[in-house]
Amino acid sequence: MEQERTLSYEEQITERLRSLYRCYGYSPFKMSKFEEYDLYAQNKDFLVSDNVITFTDRSGKLMALKPDVTLSIVRASRPGQAEPEKVYYNENVYRVARGSEGFRELLQTGLECIGPVDDYHIAEVLTLAAESLGLISEERVLVLSHLDAVTKALDAAQVSGETRQALLEAMRAKNLQGLLTICRTAGAAPEGAAMLEALVKFSGAPRQVLAELEAFPLLAQERRALAGLLDALEAAGHGEMLRLDFSVIPDLNYYAGIVFRGFVGGVPDSVLSGGQYDKLITKLGKSGGAIGFAVYLDLLERLGPEEGYDVDLVLLRDADADVLTLQQTVRTLTSQGLSVRVCRHIPEKLRYRQTARLQGKEVRILGTDSEYRPSEGQTGKSGL
Amino acid sequence: MEQILNIALPKGRLGNQVYEMFAKAGFPCPAVLEKSRKLIFENEERTLRYFWVKPSDVWTYVERGAADIGVAGKDILLEYQPDVYELLDLNVGRCRMAVAAKAGFYDDRRRKLRVATKFARIAQTYYASLGRDIDIIPLNGSIEIAPILGLSDVIVDIVETGATLRENNLEVVETVVPISARLIANKASYEFKRSQILKLYEELARQVEEETP
Repeated sequence: MEQERTLSYEEQITERLRSLYRCYGYSPFKMSKFEEYDLYAQNKDFLVSDNVITFTDRSGKLMALKPDVTLSIVRASRPGQAEPEKVYYNENVYRVARGSEGFRELLQTGLECIGPVDDYHIAEVLTLAAESLGLISEERVLVLSHLDAVTKALDAAQVSGETRQALLEAMRAKNLQGLLTICRTAGAAPEGAAMLEALVKFSGAPRQVLAELEAFPLLAQERRALAGLLDALEAAGHGEMLRLDFSVIPDLNYYAGIVFRGFVGGVPDSVLSGGQYDKLITKLGKSGGAIGFAVYLDLLERLGPEEGYDVDLVLLRDADADVLTLQQTVRTLTSQGLSVRVCRHIPEKLRYRQTARLQGKEVRILGTDSEYRPSEGQTGKSGL
Repeated sequence: MEQILNIALPKGRLGNQVYEMFAKAGFPCPAVLEKSRKLIFENEERTLRYFWVKPSDVWTYVERGAADIGVAGKDILLEYQPDVYELLDLNVGRCRMAVAAKAGFYDDRRRKLRVATKFARIAQTYYASLGRDIDIIPLNGSIEIAPILGLSDVIVDIVETGATLRENNLEVVETVVPISARLIANKASYEFKRSQILKLYEELARQVEEETP
């Protein structure tokens, strides 16, 4: 309880998330603040922002303050294991935040499951994502998508690479009119265009969306995969918070299969994002699959309750107050769970619950809720 | 109980026009049209809050969640590329982003083209698609005088009727992209205020369809 009082809201959440991930057999992964720049230079599209802080180390190697965690974990993973490696992390990353010019240090926590990933692992990671959101807020939504459905629809549309990119942008923005215009002007094949239209149009309650997609036999495999996941998440008690939405489209060069994004009430951005990134594993010369997610703790900064006070009690002392008596009094008060600030003058902007003065060996309460603020002349007088 | 739906409207003629569409869609707040210096208006009964903001700021309010939905021009969306949903082309505020130059302008491709504009990203993207090397001259207003004073060869700007261009002896050389007002939504609000946003979207989509010849 005392620990909860001293930790910030993000720190409390971090602690709860760590303990959740440990419960499911994930091990902590600690990494250096620096990585060789090459790792990021070769996988720039995987990064949220391609701006990286670089410096040259003493051996002349170009290093970077890590802008991402997953790349480092994948690089350190051992290929060819019979079971996937399961790790969680809690690390600072260094990025240019959206809409800002300068770099920021952002605290991120998350987990990765790397290796021979099967349906159980996917369901487990999704369950942990849902439970992570539950630890942050009661008001939460987990949005799922299947990227292979998007890729199949794009393939079926038979359009050029440039048009594919434009279609993806329209899908990400839920811009249905834009998507239809692009399909029309690019002469997209009708079957593909109809699928793309359905993927933008239908989102929301998962079972309903899956029923709408039954009209497209080409997407049967993805529908089955999503239905299986829904069964698992509903059985775990997370059905209420789920949505299906095919506008969740991270970079297709790295991600495939299940992808997801989490929201909590009071935060205007997604606080959690993740998915299967088998293509990154292949790109880094490894084999097997991978799934994971990150929780953006910096976004939770304003979620916690406002701290009304800096300190419970301001204990005013005279210049000649006995040090031992003061020390003993503070120990007694703090052992009762109070925070105490001893001072001769109350600092101007300090917010406190009560003011008291030590008289002899007794603590005399002078006022409550910052209402008592002795003037300069009053402080130190014994008759208050 | 429904949560308050926060709506950012662009100040000015377009905002008034859009508000009428919203009111007709079942999202009224008559105080919005009263002549006053107030910027925020609430209809408690309908759980609605409207506010007037500078047109180029609407996306900021929406992206950062101060507004759940808003109306922004396609020009602004292309220029700032906010992380929001672009749900509907409202088919109002129609104009175009165009390249204009002094009458009789000849584009000498041996030279770098000097482009004065408020829309640097749109201009860059457009000329990159043509493989044309350009020099962007960022300006915030009175763009039309740049070619006249020799500051630039062309301008990239919004053209509505073309009257300002003609008065300054300029003419449209090419159209970059057609522009109109778009209904945009914050991605988190879309999840948490889904039914209100979808109701508005559907009603507005119906209006747009009825108005489209």
